[in-house]
Amino acid sequence: MPSLPDVMTPALETLAPAGQPAPAPQEANRDALVEWLLRTGDNALILGQRLSEWCGHAPALEEDIALANQALDLIGQCQLWLGLAGAVEGRGRTADDLAFLRDAGAFRNLLLVERPNRDFGHTLMRQFLFDAFHLELLEAARASSDPRIAEIAAKAWKEAAYHLERSADLVVRLGDGSAESHDRMQAALAALWSFTGEMFTDDDHDRALADAGVMPLPSSLRPAWDRTVAQVLDEATLTHPGEVWQQGITDMGGGKRGVHSEHLGHLLAQMQFLQRAYPGARW
Amino acid sequence: MYAQLVTTEGGTPREGMSDQERAFQERIDRNEKIEPKEWMPEGYRKTLIRQIGQHAHSEIVGQLPEGNWIGRAPTLERKAILLAKVQDEAGHGLYLYSAAETLGVSRDELLEALHSGKMKYSSIFNYPTLTWADMGAVGWLVDGAAIMNQVPLQRTSYGPYARAMIRICKEESFHQRQGYDIMMKMCAGTPEQKAMAQDALNRFWYPSLMMFGPSDKDSVHSEQSMAWKIKMNTNDELRQRFVDQTVPQAEYLGLTVPDPDLRWNEDKGGYDFSEPDWSEFYAVIAGNGPCNAERLGARVKAWEDGAWFRDGLMAHADKARARRVAAE
Repeated sequence: MPSLPDVMTPALETLAPAGQPAPAPQEANRDALVEWLLRTGDNALILGQRLSEWCGHAPALEEDIALANQALDLIGQCQLWLGLAGAVEGRGRTADDLAFLRDAGAFRNLLLVERPNRDFGHTLMRQFLFDAFHLELLEAARASSDPRIAEIAAKAWKEAAYHLERSADLVVRLGDGSAESHDRMQAALAALWSFTGEMFTDDDHDRALADAGVMPLPSSLRPAWDRTVAQVLDEATLTHPGEVWQQGITDMGGGKRGVHSEHLGHLLAQMQFLQRAYPGARW
Repeated sequence: MYAQLVTTEGGTPREGMSDQERAFQERIDRNEKIEPKEWMPEGYRKTLIRQIGQHAHSEIVGQLPEGNWIGRAPTLERKAILLAKVQDEAGHGLYLYSAAETLGVSRDELLEALHSGKMKYSSIFNYPTLTWADMGAVGWLVDGAAIMNQVPLQRTSYGPYARAMIRICKEESFHQRQGYDIMMKMCAGTPEQKAMAQDALNRFWYPSLMMFGPSDKDSVHSEQSMAWKIKMNTNDELRQRFVDQTVPQAEYLGLTVPDPDLRWNEDKGGYDFSEPDWSEFYAVIAGNGPCNAERLGARVKAWEDGAWFRDGLMAHADKARARRVAAE
C-alpha cells in the first residue's frame, strides 16, 4: 500500500513548536512559494544526507573529500532555502524545525535524491542526473523576480556548476573506462532513469509561480537537461535508456507531493533521532 | 634539551659517525630543514615513513568514529561543522601521504601496509562513539592530545612533514574548539545532556592519555628520534602538559575527571594523575580494542569495493592517452 499523500496527513501544524513570532503578512502565492522552497531545500538536505553516508568509505581519499565537500555545500544550501521557507510560511518554524521535526509525508524532495547510495556508480549517476537538473533550476532561480530566491540561487549556482562539472567528468571517465566500470554505470543509469521524469512535472504550485513570474515551469527546464544528459552519456559511451515508465508523476504520487519511497522514512529516522529522542534540548 | 639528549645517546658518539652522517646531524643541530632529494641516513628515512604513515592512517581511520554521527547530528549547523571537520581529516591524510611519498613510498604501498595490519594507526580510534557528547569529547580531548603532539612537530627536521604540520595544526585547533563548544552546550543543557557529557569524558579520558604512547621508561627508540628532531618531546612530558591543560577545562565545564588520585602538585607545578591501564593499551594496539575489527574492516571494504572505480579511471586514462597518440 502506498503511503498517503501529504494532503491526507493530519496535524502537521502540531509538529511545529508554538510559533511566538507574529505571522508574516500574507504574501501573494505564499503557499506555492513555501512549497517551492521546501522542494528545493529538501532536495539539498536529503541528497546532502545521502552523500554524507560515504564519509570514510569512499573508493579513494580524494572522493571522500569531494563527497564531503558536496554534502557540505548542499547542507549549506538547505539551511538557506528552509530558513526562507520558514520565514515565508510565517509560523515561526526555523530551518532546523523543518529538517528535524517533519515526518516523511511533509518532505517535498524528489524521489531521485532519496535513492540509496548502493555502489559508488549509483551515487555518481544519481548525482549527475540531479546536478544537470539542479544547475538549470538555479540558473532560472537566479533570474527570479523574488530577490530572496535570486540571492540564494546566485550562491548555490556556483556550487552546483562545480558539482555538475565533477559528476559529468566522472560519468564520462567511468562509462568510457573499463568493461566493469562501463557496466556498472550503465546499470546505475537504468536503475535511476525512471526517477528523472519527476523533476520536470508541473503542478498547480508550479503554475502559480510561473504565472507570477517567480520561477519558470519545471517542464521548461527539460530541453536543456536533455541536451546535457545526451551529450554526457554519448561521451561516456553509455546507452540512453529512452522512453521508460517514470515514477512519481501521477496526480497522487511523487516526492514533490510528499509521497515517498520506503527509503525516506529510514533516512529520517536516523537524521532526526536526537531531536526526537530529546525534545526541546539545545545542541 | 636536545643537546643533552645527544650526549645521553650513549654508544653512538659522534666520532663513530661517517663524515656524511656527521654533516647530516650537524645540519639538524643547526635546525636546518632536510628536504626530499637530499641525502639522509636510511634509519631516518624509514623512521619518518613509519611515523608519517601512521599519522596519515590515523587521519583516515579517524574519519570513521566521527563519521558515525554525521547522519545523526542534531542540527543543520552541527552537521555542517562535523562534515567540515571530517573532511579536514581526510585532507590531513592527503598531505601526510604526500609528505611520505617524498621519502620514496607510494600511498598505495602505505595503504596496503595498513590493510594487512603491518602498519598501525592511533589506538584512540578503536574506541566507539556512543552518544553525541562523544563528538564533543573527541574534539576536545582527542584533537587536544593530537595538537599537543603536533605543535612541536611544526619544527621537525624534515621539511615536508614540518610544513604539513603547520597547516594541520591550524585546523586541529579549530577542531578542538568546536569539540569544546559541543561540551559547553551539553553541560549547560538538560540533565540527560550533562550526563552524556560526563559519560563521554569518563570513556575518553584514559584512551586520550594513551595517545602519547607508553611511559618514557618503556618507550623504545625515543632518543634517536629526538636526536633527529622527528620527535620533539618525550611521551611523559606531552602527557603531563595535556593533563595540566585539560583539567581546568573539565572544571570549567563542571565535569569530573575520572581519576580519584588526580591532584595539583605545587612542587612540580603540575597535576599528579593516574597512569592509564597499559595492558589495555597494548591489547588495543594488538587488535583487541572494542572497534579494531570494524575500523580496519571498514577501510579494507572501502578499498576493495572501490577497486573497480580506481581501475575504471585508470582504464579511461589509458584510452585517452592512446587516442592522443593516435591523433598525433
